[in-house]
Amino acid sequence: MRAGRVAAVALRQSYLIRGSASRIVPLFAWVVVDIVLWGFITRYLNTFTASYNFVPALLGAVLFWDFQSRVMQGVTMAFFEDVWARNFLNIFATPIRLAEYLSGLVVSSIATSAVGLVVMAVVATAAFGLSFAPYGLLLAPFLGILFLFGIALGIAGAALVLRLGPAAEWFIWPIPAIISPFAGVFYPVAVLPGWMRLVARALPPSYVFEGMRAIILGRPVPVGALAPAALLAVLWLLLACAFFRRVHRYAVRTGLIGRYSAESVT
Amino acid sequence: MSGARPDVLEVRELRKAYGGLVAVDGVSFAVRPGEIVGLLGPNGAGKTTTINMVLGVLAPDAGTIRIEGLDLRTHRSAALERSNFAAVYAPLPGNLTVEQNLRVFGLLYGVAGLEARIAELLREQDLVRFRRTKCGLLSSGEQTRVSLAKAMLNRPHLLLLDEPTASLDPATARDIRGRIRAGAAGGACGVLWTSHNMHEVEEVCDRVLFLSHGKVLLEGDPHVLPAVHGKENLEELFITVAREPLTLAPA
Repeated sequence: MRAGRVAAVALRQSYLIRGSASRIVPLFAWVVVDIVLWGFITRYLNTFTASYNFVPALLGAVLFWDFQSRVMQGVTMAFFEDVWARNFLNIFATPIRLAEYLSGLVVSSIATSAVGLVVMAVVATAAFGLSFAPYGLLLAPFLGILFLFGIALGIAGAALVLRLGPAAEWFIWPIPAIISPFAGVFYPVAVLPGWMRLVARALPPSYVFEGMRAIILGRPVPVGALAPAALLAVLWLLLACAFFRRVHRYAVRTGLIGRYSAESVT
Repeated sequence: MSGARPDVLEVRELRKAYGGLVAVDGVSFAVRPGEIVGLLGPNGAGKTTTINMVLGVLAPDAGTIRIEGLDLRTHRSAALERSNFAAVYAPLPGNLTVEQNLRVFGLLYGVAGLEARIAELLREQDLVRFRRTKCGLLSSGEQTRVSLAKAMLNRPHLLLLDEPTASLDPATARDIRGRIRAGAAGGACGVLWTSHNMHEVEEVCDRVLFLSHGKVLLEGDPHVLPAVHGKENLEELFITVAREPLTLAPA
């Protein structure tokens, strides 16, 4: 692994972002809208009961879920820049290894998702009184698991677009929304029907949101479940990398990289 | 071979088929250090397929590619560190400036002393005044010069140029030919050049290979080859290769 090649991919993304308001604003605009919207919803819900605080339960969940989505989009957006610029031939004819290219996308995502996280945290705490203190040290594994799973989703999404062509970009944006009902972002996994609970068990975020709810309700936190959740997130990440590698090999075998914009391979 | 130095490119029995269509069929050739080899042939003859395989973005069905003795299949990254390319259909991202593009690709190719090398290439390719201009705003000729600067960044020992002067005006094309010729002369760099401009090929190439239906049909000195086959010039020979390849003896 050559750090210079990883840096090249991240540097390209930083050049694009810092020179473009249309790339900077989306880093925080939509998550701020989400936080403001859910902030007022939770404030309204709190007027009905004094025994339960909806701010950490709902607003906290939205913040964490949006963080994971931003991580995913950080990877896919950096990848899409190569799609939009028709840059695959230039990039993949260099000595760069696949692991270096993907690492560059991840580094880009760390930077862009951190911006979103900081802005969300500032708005949620300053405007709606969200506190991270109750999570304590568990905040680190919660964010870590969501980060790993977000990276896995991003790499899998990029592989899908590499395989199906630029128009398949449409498939990527709804992925977080499709997963959220299974992940128990706003409700306990126990309320789901059996088959959905099975899916939820395979999704690392479900363990994070179960843990968050336990903290808010003052129940024992299933700390023991976080280690398997982290391993599950790593497994998803490895699977996503393997999927990307497989699609890349297919693209090299069929000539897809050289004629990508033609969408000639279905 | 030139002395003890290995061929910068050695292609053996290369084959590629897309479904039932055989695009490259048992192609073998070599490029020596300091040599400019023209890869010629009509549209669909297999030139770009061959170049894409040498670039490592297309896997051959059979055959081997060695760049300075390194097998591209097993030593892809090390082999590609020694090569670079410019092609009219692969412009650099138009939303980055000239300098930004060169810096990004310089890092990808692991260029030592990158800032000094970028400054040197900007001067050589007469791009200093465009260093902070986005590539998408440049003219075709200027974009080609940026692509060539990128292609020279790592001082490649193998340079692949796929129609580098296509769509350029004659003066700019001559200027660019001169720069490439000067870059190759006396150095360790071998060049594989495709072009449909036979006057250009005669001016630049030391040796040519004519591809037809994925096979090397003819090979030789572009100044001698036409006469050997009873043609007045390279253009006539090209037209014969394109229309009546069976009338020519294979290489």
